[in-house]
Amino acid sequence: MSCDDKVDCGRRRLLVATSVAGGVAGVAVAIPFVSTFAPSERAKSAGAPVEVDISKLNPGEMMTVEWRGKPVWIIHRTKEMLADLTKIADKMADPQSNRTMQPEYAKNEHRSIKPEYLVAIGICTHLGCSPSEKFKTGAESGINPEWTGGFLCPCHGSMFDLAGRVYKSMPAPDNLEVPPHYYLSDAKILIGEDKKGA
Amino acid sequence: MKKLLLAFLCAPLLALAAGAELHLDKAPDRSRDYAALQNGAKLFINYCLNCHSASYFRYNRLTDIGLTDAQIRDNLLFTADKIGETMTIAMRRSEAKQWFGAAPPDLTVIARARASEFGSGGDWLYTYLRGFYRDDARPTGWNNTVFPNVGMPHVLWELQGEQVMGADHALTLAKPGRLKPEEFDVMVGDLVGFLTHMGEPMANFRKQLGVIVLIFLAVLFVFSYALKREYWKDIH
Amino acid sequence: MAAANVEKYKSDGTAVGGLLEWVDARFPLMALWNDHLAKYYAPKNFNFWYFFGSLALLVLVIQVVTGIFLVMHYKPDASLNASGVPVAFASVEYIMRDVPWGWLIRYLHSTGASAFFVVVYLHMYRGLIYGSYRKPRELVWIFGVMIFLALMGEAFMGYLLPWGQMSYWGAQVILNLFSAIPFIGNELTLWIRGDYVIGDATLNRMFSLHVIAVPLVLIGLVAAHIIALHEVGSNNPDGVEIKKKKDEHGIPLDGIPFHPYYTVKDIVGVVVFLMVFSVIVFFMPEGGGYFLEFNNFFPADPLVTPPHIAPVWYFTPYYSILRANTVNFFWIDAKLWGVIFMGLGVMIFFFLPWLDRSPVKSIRYRGPLFKWALGIFLVCFFILGYLGMLAPTPGRTLVSQICTILYFAFFLLMPIYTSLDKCKAEPERVTG
Repeated sequence: MSCDDKVDCGRRRLLVATSVAGGVAGVAVAIPFVSTFAPSERAKSAGAPVEVDISKLNPGEMMTVEWRGKPVWIIHRTKEMLADLTKIADKMADPQSNRTMQPEYAKNEHRSIKPEYLVAIGICTHLGCSPSEKFKTGAESGINPEWTGGFLCPCHGSMFDLAGRVYKSMPAPDNLEVPPHYYLSDAKILIGEDKKGA
Repeated sequence: MKKLLLAFLCAPLLALAAGAELHLDKAPDRSRDYAALQNGAKLFINYCLNCHSASYFRYNRLTDIGLTDAQIRDNLLFTADKIGETMTIAMRRSEAKQWFGAAPPDLTVIARARASEFGSGGDWLYTYLRGFYRDDARPTGWNNTVFPNVGMPHVLWELQGEQVMGADHALTLAKPGRLKPEEFDVMVGDLVGFLTHMGEPMANFRKQLGVIVLIFLAVLFVFSYALKREYWKDIH
Repeated sequence: MAAANVEKYKSDGTAVGGLLEWVDARFPLMALWNDHLAKYYAPKNFNFWYFFGSLALLVLVIQVVTGIFLVMHYKPDASLNASGVPVAFASVEYIMRDVPWGWLIRYLHSTGASAFFVVVYLHMYRGLIYGSYRKPRELVWIFGVMIFLALMGEAFMGYLLPWGQMSYWGAQVILNLFSAIPFIGNELTLWIRGDYVIGDATLNRMFSLHVIAVPLVLIGLVAAHIIALHEVGSNNPDGVEIKKKKDEHGIPLDGIPFHPYYTVKDIVGVVVFLMVFSVIVFFMPEGGGYFLEFNNFFPADPLVTPPHIAPVWYFTPYYSILRANTVNFFWIDAKLWGVIFMGLGVMIFFFLPWLDRSPVKSIRYRGPLFKWALGIFLVCFFILGYLGMLAPTPGRTLVSQICTILYFAFFLLMPIYTSLDKCKAEPERVTG
């Protein structure tokens, strides 16, 4: 911005100053309006972490709790089920769960903090249906003779094992999501929050 | 013409002359006294939140007056499971109506609703909560100076004691309560302070933001006025 | 104009100029810009009173934008929630507490409603003192009065939405005015309410009208108001027509382009207005009970009328006129007369251009009769407004009756006193 005789420098300076101040005002006014789209306190309260008592969950059983309007499955796996997870690892798309979005503590074969308990969001990573439980094994399952228990998505047939890992060549691209959670005590899990400082 | 002018002059006087006066005691200002507001919150939850709800006020909003989530969860969370929930009550409205003649109103914005030309809503509540006196004609045994024939009994009577109304319409303490009158006034002041805070929890922030906005607009005024002068110097 | 643009194209159809020329060949962008801003010549002697037109436009924008965001969270539902509070009332508190920044947007909207009337009343008063309704600006004025009417409807319907005690009982009183109409009154009121009492059906239709129908009408009328104004040109504090004296280019000698001169000046006005507006929004959003009435923090209760109900301040002059009629004239009862006079009180502004017979427009050159009449009118208007907020007593009713008569006398006697008045001579040019 050079000043020559034709351009009134004082006027230009004032124009710039006023425009900048006005622009700042405009942005400042926009902030509250844009912010109203964020979840309200009510939505945040409804989506607050959920405390779950798992003391009554027997080995081999599953329970479903709701968190942020989604089903969260908690599965108490038996020794056999855990052993099967290793056996079928080569059929899995991502057996060690390296590529999926999840907390650090689910980045392993059993995808959980404690091997026997799986906490996972029961929503298929393909298009958002909730897979149905298929815990019966072998031919009895009606899926295939080698079936070791898991989930089948009714929408597009994606199959998951008991660690929520997706089988190879399925419509679903990723393993089931593991929500942030931690153990308040041996019998209580808080779903929706990572342990503070962890 | 003169008569008309006289009428104009008299109109506001006429207007002022009529109308019942309501004398209210000035409630102490607790808006920035967090210790008093916390005490008020505790009193509200212990004494009011059994019959009255505050169904737009969330427990975790108490962090505005310096409480932590853990303090709220451990000491104050009686009517809900999560600190994000609002202060609702279990009492059914139909039953409450049977017991008190009218369902106890929600108190979230009571301090705003009770404001009038005679004083703030806080002033009204401060006078009301200290204005209960014995009246055997009432089913509850209590009446009130600013809320005649009130349905609510005197919930704080153990603390205040029993007042009676004399022939001169002044209240005297007939039976002292657990607190001295000065202590009781401080306590009610804290409670009313909290009710006022609950009516508009963002009030302090609103005022702080207002100062910033006005300072900014003052700067904008200087710039824009200088710009206007600059352009208009050509116009004669 | 169009021909000039066509020449900017080469024979193969590609544009010679930039984007502006491309648009201009298809849409009269520069023509609109010039006609309404850069080459719209406004008198150079606008004073303080001339800020309120642009400010009214600003408040309209504030109301539309904040309104759009409020509708995203408000629920027009009169049923009771689990805590026994009407859902509509609770949703307003939800906006105030749970929606991020919701309190600010709500206060902007509630304060904006009062600001709208402040600005519009001042804008109308400007028209009154400088004769802005006089020929050739009759249509500008008529569109303006229609805006005022639409605004009153908009404000009334908006006030029902918080579903507090004042919302409910205010609507009860105003909607019952229609029942004063002979023969069809009761049926009409029932039809307007859509229920035997003011209820969910009423709330929902008022919501629809408040957020869609009336705003559309308002914006259309504002456009018509401005187009009509820019056709005939702005009046000024001297009331002389600047178009009578033009230079060799056809530009009025006393005219200056609206842009940049009045844009930079109006920005100053806008900033000052926003300062006053912010003081209210941030430090006294209830406006002492005049902008947000205290009783409206009680949820609507069809069984209990508050001890004293008064309309919001901007309706009180007309509310006083309504109440002032306590006499049955002829075969029509006082209730209907009240409604008729209240309606006429607003409608009579339409006839102002033809009631005024003065040879001059501006109060600067008018004689004492008009100044006295205007002064008395103004005092009456304020007294009526003041009395409208108070409970009626016999004394107050008498005062409001006198003021009502004087209010109408200002208009009805105008042809007489304006022709008799001793006016000064208008200058040839504006006086600055």
